[in-house]
Amino acid sequence: MIVFFYLFALVSLITALGVLVFKNPIHSALCLVGTFFCLGAIYVMLNAEFVAVIQVLVYAGAIMVLFLFVLMLLSTKDNDQYALKLNVPRGLAVAITGLLMIQVLTAFMDPTIRFGAPGDYPVERIQEIGSITLIGQLLFTEFVLPFEVISILLLVAVIGAVIIAKRRVP
Amino acid sequence: MIPISHVLVLSAMLFGIGVLGVMLRRNVIVVFMSIELMLNAVNLSFVGFARTMDDMTGVVFIFFIIVVAAAEAVVGLSIILSIYRTRKTLNIDEFNLLKW
Repeated sequence: MIVFFYLFALVSLITALGVLVFKNPIHSALCLVGTFFCLGAIYVMLNAEFVAVIQVLVYAGAIMVLFLFVLMLLSTKDNDQYALKLNVPRGLAVAITGLLMIQVLTAFMDPTIRFGAPGDYPVERIQEIGSITLIGQLLFTEFVLPFEVISILLLVAVIGAVIIAKRRVP
Repeated sequence: MIPISHVLVLSAMLFGIGVLGVMLRRNVIVVFMSIELMLNAVNLSFVGFARTMDDMTGVVFIFFIIVVAAAEAVVGLSIILSIYRTRKTLNIDEFNLLKW
């Protein structure tokens, strides 16, 4: 089981690097789909089946199809102008990112890392009630206000996208 | 059981790759994809913590994060479309109308 975690982690890192290095943005997008699928597999291993399903449906399905649509609408022949270019300020930014990464990674690898008290839902209880039932219960009791607000956000996003992307008639 | 620190390290590495993508790539859509990658890295650490601390709040939060990411992708891509119509380029360095 844990071998598969490292396998998927490795594949997700490689495909994420593919997003960074491929010159053609369509190849980058397909690499990102691979990353999303690997993350979905990792979510299953972490007992978050619902998240894995919406990861594949919403991210790898809907959002990436939207990206590919826009990419193909706006495709340009000369991808060289968008290739990776290093100059002094960018190199400096990369170096600072690397330093921050090293700091964060050492903090995460610290074996004395402490967490707060465990919550109310250990794995056995989640499997007994069912994770989707539990998420539904939480959404409609404890998180009902954010749930309603997020529906308004989606409505605003849809209307905003239509208005922004609309061709203006002079 | 997967150790939480390994999940967090994977999440930090994915986030770092996303940051590098935002800083190094010039194609605005690839920059946008790197932002999605960073959001996913954060989701991964949410799941890891939810699993380790026996709490469902992290999972519910991911639900909200994915909705926000979808809304952001829709609005962002339509902004890119309408900028492309006037500037005829996808190079993020040329989108400097609001810079002073």
